[in-house]
Amino acid sequence: MIYDVAIIGGGIVGACIARELSKYKGHFCIIEKADDVACGTSKANSGIIHAGFDAKPGTLMAKLNVEGAAMYPELAKTLHFDYKNNGSLVIAFNDDDMEHVQKLYERGQANGVPALRVIDGEELHKLEPSVSEEACGALLAESAGIVSPYMATWAFAENAVMNGVKLFRETEVHGIEKVEGSGGAEGGAGLFTIHTGKSDLQAKCVVNAAGLYADQISAMVGARDFVIKPRRGEYYLLDNKCASLASHTLFQTPDKMGKGVLVTPTADGNILSGPTAADGDDKTATETTAAGQDEVFRKSGKTIPDIPRRNIINSFAGVRALAYNSDGTPVNDFIIEEDASVKGFVNVGGICSPGLTAAPAIGVYVADIIEKIRGKSWEKNPDFVGVRRGIESFKDADDERRAQLIEENPLYGRIICRCEMITEGEIVAAIKSPVGAVDLDGVKRRTRAGMGRCQSGFCSPRVTEILSRELGIPMTDVRKNGGCSYILTGKTR
Amino acid sequence: MMENTNQTSDEIRREKIPLTCIICPMGCSMEVTVETDASGHKKVTAVKDNGCKRGEQYASKELQNPTRTLTTTIKVEGGVLPVVPVKTAGEVPKASLLQCMEVVRRASCKAPVKRGDILLYDLLGTGINVIACADVGKV
Amino acid sequence: MELKYDIVVIGGGPAGMAAAIAAKKAGSDSILILERDTRIGGILLQCIHNGFGLHYFGEELTGPEYAARFSDQVNQLGIEYKTDTMVLEVEKESTPGQGHTVTAINTTDGLMHIKAKAVVLATGCRERTRGALIIPGTRPAGIFTAGAAQRFVNIDGYMPGRKVVILGSGDIGLIMARRLTLEGAEVKLVCEVMPFSSGLRRNIVQCVENFNIPLKFSHTIVKIHGKERVEGVTVAAVDSNRKPIAGTEEFIECDTLLLSVGLIPENEIASGCKIAIDSATSGPVVNEHMQSSVPGIFACGNTVHVHDLVDFVTAESLRAGENAAKYVQGKITASGEKIILRPGNRVRYTVPQYIESREQDGNVSIMFRVTDVYKDVYVEVSSGNEVLKSIRKKVVRPGEMQVIELATNQIESAGGDITVSIQLPQEVAE
Repeated sequence: MIYDVAIIGGGIVGACIARELSKYKGHFCIIEKADDVACGTSKANSGIIHAGFDAKPGTLMAKLNVEGAAMYPELAKTLHFDYKNNGSLVIAFNDDDMEHVQKLYERGQANGVPALRVIDGEELHKLEPSVSEEACGALLAESAGIVSPYMATWAFAENAVMNGVKLFRETEVHGIEKVEGSGGAEGGAGLFTIHTGKSDLQAKCVVNAAGLYADQISAMVGARDFVIKPRRGEYYLLDNKCASLASHTLFQTPDKMGKGVLVTPTADGNILSGPTAADGDDKTATETTAAGQDEVFRKSGKTIPDIPRRNIINSFAGVRALAYNSDGTPVNDFIIEEDASVKGFVNVGGICSPGLTAAPAIGVYVADIIEKIRGKSWEKNPDFVGVRRGIESFKDADDERRAQLIEENPLYGRIICRCEMITEGEIVAAIKSPVGAVDLDGVKRRTRAGMGRCQSGFCSPRVTEILSRELGIPMTDVRKNGGCSYILTGKTR
Repeated sequence: MMENTNQTSDEIRREKIPLTCIICPMGCSMEVTVETDASGHKKVTAVKDNGCKRGEQYASKELQNPTRTLTTTIKVEGGVLPVVPVKTAGEVPKASLLQCMEVVRRASCKAPVKRGDILLYDLLGTGINVIACADVGKV
Repeated sequence: MELKYDIVVIGGGPAGMAAAIAAKKAGSDSILILERDTRIGGILLQCIHNGFGLHYFGEELTGPEYAARFSDQVNQLGIEYKTDTMVLEVEKESTPGQGHTVTAINTTDGLMHIKAKAVVLATGCRERTRGALIIPGTRPAGIFTAGAAQRFVNIDGYMPGRKVVILGSGDIGLIMARRLTLEGAEVKLVCEVMPFSSGLRRNIVQCVENFNIPLKFSHTIVKIHGKERVEGVTVAAVDSNRKPIAGTEEFIECDTLLLSVGLIPENEIASGCKIAIDSATSGPVVNEHMQSSVPGIFACGNTVHVHDLVDFVTAESLRAGENAAKYVQGKITASGEKIILRPGNRVRYTVPQYIESREQDGNVSIMFRVTDVYKDVYVEVSSGNEVLKSIRKKVVRPGEMQVIELATNQIESAGGDITVSIQLPQEVAE
């Protein structure tokens, strides 16, 4: 099988590109090194759909941010993932801040951001009563939203798979060779052999959406020389009983490291705060630190004083990919291009914020790039089904619907995660779906089971049993999140 | 642990040792006077701060021949549960606990199991049986 | 499905079973217990160790045996129960006498709306998590709350790990230290942030000392290591404010971290039906009948306040069940008075939090916990300047729930609110 396009990386970007390509005739695949999609940066970020006033006008970031933000409301409906158009506020605490807010407003206008305006302190406090009294105004962006980034990634990937895209899991790319001039009748740039930990794959075009490792993938084939440096960001999550603290996503004015510490509701109903910004060398460093947690807490307290620390239910850290040129200067934009020297190889690198927002637009943008590479228009995939039905939520249904759900599927009658009211029916569906969960975290990312205040203390023995049963593996083979993350070490008897 | 040594004669040594009684959840912090004779034999001669008589008995026993109840699980074959909670119907020597566990690990029983059923006889030659603490029905 | 009962008991553990039994014996014939696990018995089913029932039965039983004494009675008395059934919410009655509505589900009955004249909340408690402690580090597999690990070992028959560090010297942590050692694991350390243990001293002896397991007080875990599975923890000493002391860090290699860092009453349902919650206990505010701030909704067991001895749970729950039955029979009348019980010096909380009738059938048991370890003190129950009762105590500990009984005449003579306090000898007026 020679794939028309092989996408390296199963994060939100790879998933969006795959879903877009699946609208067309061709053989496509996603090659993902982890055991599931959304295992990198895509699962550990703010989940924000940015309005687009931050990005520098004229950059790809700015263009794709605004385009992507506009695509989310419809996509969330057709692909069935949580999205809320809650709007965002960049909050000013003094005159300097207000000047900055004004600059962002102007930048937003330049970028074509809709529904943007500057508001005063009175209107701000009407919208958000918990915000500090010191706040004197804000930039209100009504087009901003929040998503569950891993649910969105899963939704895109699953729709892609439903439409014929092949997903290779636990398949790490070790090397890429281009067979020169072997374009074949289709034209285009040639043929690539992708060496993985499993078998070799062949593709006419390769898309590098490998996130933190995009630089290494590019280097494998001798394409553009850039460096991805990791920036670690810590977050904390508040119990969903604190949900009334904020309805908009609340930013402070950005600093040189990024958008600063925000406080936001999440699509799951919690309050999230973060991220910090710690640059380092270790791309796998996702630990939280005492200093980092203190910093998030302290900074979030500027926006909302008296955040109840005792209601923190979890903390985590994510790593974003910052792109630097080989001379050490920051790229300060997305790298999305067919490589100048390696034709048919498309780099999609340095997709840090607003990467999540831009992802659906990146999908369209890359599809266009590949269309040009092919030298002929895409033909529509006649079997493409653009609607994806996810898992129906028991918790969100009313009593009448709940009763029906149990009648239709008795497993909806057994609550497994009592904190989030997730039933066995939903968990089994998450495991059996086209891009199904294969471990505890995979179940968690698809159903929210384990995200509540008891942090899987109650449900994890039960989810482990369900995974063992549905996957037909012994309990001792059930993992938390791939690799050797086994939950249990052996039987007692 | 020796707080007061008191040479009353050249042959007998007396010490006061703190000992937490474990007979009941009270966990009285007792002070136990232990006499050791020339041949090394120890004897509890006084017990202070025990909340009840059982503390006294415990002190002597713990010194001479410490024993414990072992509570654990035994594998069940053909049952609705994979293991059944069990206990020793009496106390076994404290030093033999890990060895007892070896025996228990190799044992198994067939469902149905009823609370009180003897699942192992004379554990490790102690004369103590291991009994089921719960019912386990047949699949 | 619509059902109707006089009394619905939510939770079939020791609290729920006792309440249902007492209600039945007090004359109620229409009782339903709703239990989310596959059998009644509650958390006791996984507490396979000894030490239960010394007060109530006069003998030491294992958890399953204690539970069986009650589940046998439930069956003998013909009390109805549904297992594998989760209560989603309780909606309190909008007009008195209408009955509260309990919404519950299971795989066979589907969604049920159950009308109940009285509801007894016996929903137990949950364990505090790593997330709530904000322990820094990675988030690998191999981190368990002690109770979750206990379930894996004792019910499912699986080991959570081989080299274990336990944070927290509460009873569950101590019990698991022994349990895992007996099952062949190496428990390398039990680490406690306070300078004393909140667990029973007998457990320190028989679970930790007897197995030569190191136990460090005033120490905590400052970092968890390991990408996919736990590879170790960093332990540090803490100062009097329980803050880690720089320079005292020590790395301990292990593949498992057990957390025994506190139990929190489970009150999703109580909060849902707007019952007043005491912030000191995290449980419902109750009166001497174990009735909450909502008429006809009672509560008992760990859901009201976390207990150390199940015997106390039983006593309190028998009271709750009996009173639930009396309530249904119209035999409980609020006197309109409300004597508030206040935690005084060195007392963290009292249960009940108030007394509703000056006239009582018998003694009122006041359960309370002290704020620190105190030796040679007086437990004093007073109202205004009058001391109603004073008892000498050799030692009182936060980890050991205290009970003091007030006789009817003592309550009657109370001028106003009643305060329970710990007084040092020099503070007690002669």
